[in-house]
Amino acid sequence: MTALLDISHVSKSFQMGGILSRRRVDAVQDVSFTLEVGKPEIFTIIGESGSGKTTLARMILGLERPSAGEIRFRGEPVTHANRAERLKFMANVQPVFQNPFEAFNPLKRVDRYLESTARRFLKARSSAEVGAAMDGALQKVGLSLAEVRGRFAHELSGGQLQRVAIARALIPNPPLLIADEPVSMVDASLRMSIVNLLRKLRDDLGVSVIYITHDLATAYYISDRIVIMQKGKVVEMGPARAILDRPEHPYSQLLKASVLSADDAGAGKLGAAADLMALSDSLLSAPRSSLAERPDGRLVRVYAAA
Amino acid sequence: MDRRSRGPATTDILEVKNLKAYYLMNYFGISREVRAVDDITMNVRKNEVYGIAGESSSGKTSFIKVLAAAIRPPLRVVGGSATFSFGNQTVDVGSASPEEIEAIRWRHLSYIMQGSMSVLNPVRRIGRIFEDFAMRPLGLTGSAFRQRVIEHLGHLKLGPEVLTAYPHELSGGMRQRVTIGLATVCKPEFIIADEPTTALDVVVQKDVLALIRNLQREMGSSIIFVTHDMSVHANMADRVGIIYAGRLVEEAPTRELFQSPKHPYTAHLVASLPRIGDTTQRPALEGRPPNLAEPPPGCRFHPRCPLAIDICRKEVPPLETVAPDHRTACWRWREVEPLVPVAPVRTAEVIA
Repeated sequence: MTALLDISHVSKSFQMGGILSRRRVDAVQDVSFTLEVGKPEIFTIIGESGSGKTTLARMILGLERPSAGEIRFRGEPVTHANRAERLKFMANVQPVFQNPFEAFNPLKRVDRYLESTARRFLKARSSAEVGAAMDGALQKVGLSLAEVRGRFAHELSGGQLQRVAIARALIPNPPLLIADEPVSMVDASLRMSIVNLLRKLRDDLGVSVIYITHDLATAYYISDRIVIMQKGKVVEMGPARAILDRPEHPYSQLLKASVLSADDAGAGKLGAAADLMALSDSLLSAPRSSLAERPDGRLVRVYAAA
Repeated sequence: MDRRSRGPATTDILEVKNLKAYYLMNYFGISREVRAVDDITMNVRKNEVYGIAGESSSGKTSFIKVLAAAIRPPLRVVGGSATFSFGNQTVDVGSASPEEIEAIRWRHLSYIMQGSMSVLNPVRRIGRIFEDFAMRPLGLTGSAFRQRVIEHLGHLKLGPEVLTAYPHELSGGMRQRVTIGLATVCKPEFIIADEPTTALDVVVQKDVLALIRNLQREMGSSIIFVTHDMSVHANMADRVGIIYAGRLVEEAPTRELFQSPKHPYTAHLVASLPRIGDTTQRPALEGRPPNLAEPPPGCRFHPRCPLAIDICRKEVPPLETVAPDHRTACWRWREVEPLVPVAPVRTAEVIA
């Protein structure tokens, strides 16, 4: 059986600077993982800015070509030769972006986005068909067409608008959603409604979600598997709970130590773990490293003694 | 450095009384009034970090604009006062003249802004920016000034070479430390920090927070720390005030606020924080923050409140003192229970 999404040894490097000061930036280095068909899961990519998580997402969406390696969706490569193939792929893999206020044009009514998606991917012709598709998708995210029809982006709250963005992505009934930091721009009181929605999509509709975030707490809350990336390299990958309960790689430990917890409210525990920071930085320049498998199913980057 | 043993030094440095600041607009004969700050009464003590939490469009930015004396039309103070006491000098920012404001700015009252890239002039070296900001209030020149700045940057773990760099040559964390340096080099008594770490990565954020906290302790100044991130407040603030739709709805010492919130909105904010090691379903609050141009009558939280009864829809609840230092504005505060119990402070994390 072919996998839903198969990423094998993917790398991406960019050329930076002019002719004289040209240097290569390795945004993503040798990443591999597979999402199975018929086993919906929330697969989380964790990393700080500059870790390559967004570049990886753009490559999965076919917006960026890998420098090396291959990404296959249901056995087909995601870099497409023509428009028909591209549209067919987009009906199956849909993105949700970080800031809903930037994703929607403020001068355009939000239901028009839903409408054009329905017409393009469902080949819906009559307005009744389009309306039904729009309403169906909005119901899945806890909204209805009556609430949204004719509204502009500024008339909805950040949480509602992000849900509209997810509803739009759900119109072609895709088996895979790519959500790039979908909650970091949403207000605190509305954030959990989005996170709970992603969980519901997986459990009730069988949609797999690639959830990209820097927030370990929500990652722990919803993910099945996680991959932690440091400067383009995977440092730890595997079952989410096992890794976040007991991170093994120093960088994973550093991330966990940096999470501000409300449990010690008022205790004033601050200050970064300097030893972990120094250790994980020093590992970046280690010449040889490989991913080793552990009994609980995780992969950890280990370094050859210098 | 136990902050509980601070002694009786609890005199107020800022006293806000029934402050009302509205956006008053009159375009083409249609007048509109947005009540961004509506009847806020609070105070900030010497040597404390006061956290302000609120969502976007809750009026928290308008509130700190008033406190920072950056009141520009259409924002107007329509009632009440916000009075700073610096030594024996008192200044009410609502009625002070521009000269009086100029005299306290940076030296006594300073401001750390959110986006470091929009604070720092991109075509000026950091050293020049320090001269622009701080030379006049400090009253130093030449090498004495340079010495002072370098010494201060040392506290923020920045070397003197930063002074010759342009803003784009520094990383986000370094830039934010430079803006903190600018705001604190004159050793002000009062600092307003508006989401100073929101744009930073988690690892850097914790470091920068610790720096702000240490500087504050060293200088003995007070900070109003604004962010929507409750986990930052949990670790940073001595007291936290929650603003909802232009009103202060609850205020308490940090630990108490997290352990026994007495306003349903606070209870929700605390409960919605996910924790590593816990996957129980978290409640989500439905509805949306009200439009401040036409806020709901009575308690402004009632359309989203699970405890709302008739009186909540009609009458505004007063800010009552329910415990020492703990005030809340809810008709039914006696029935508010924490939605998720906050675990007691763990002695040590077991990492096998």
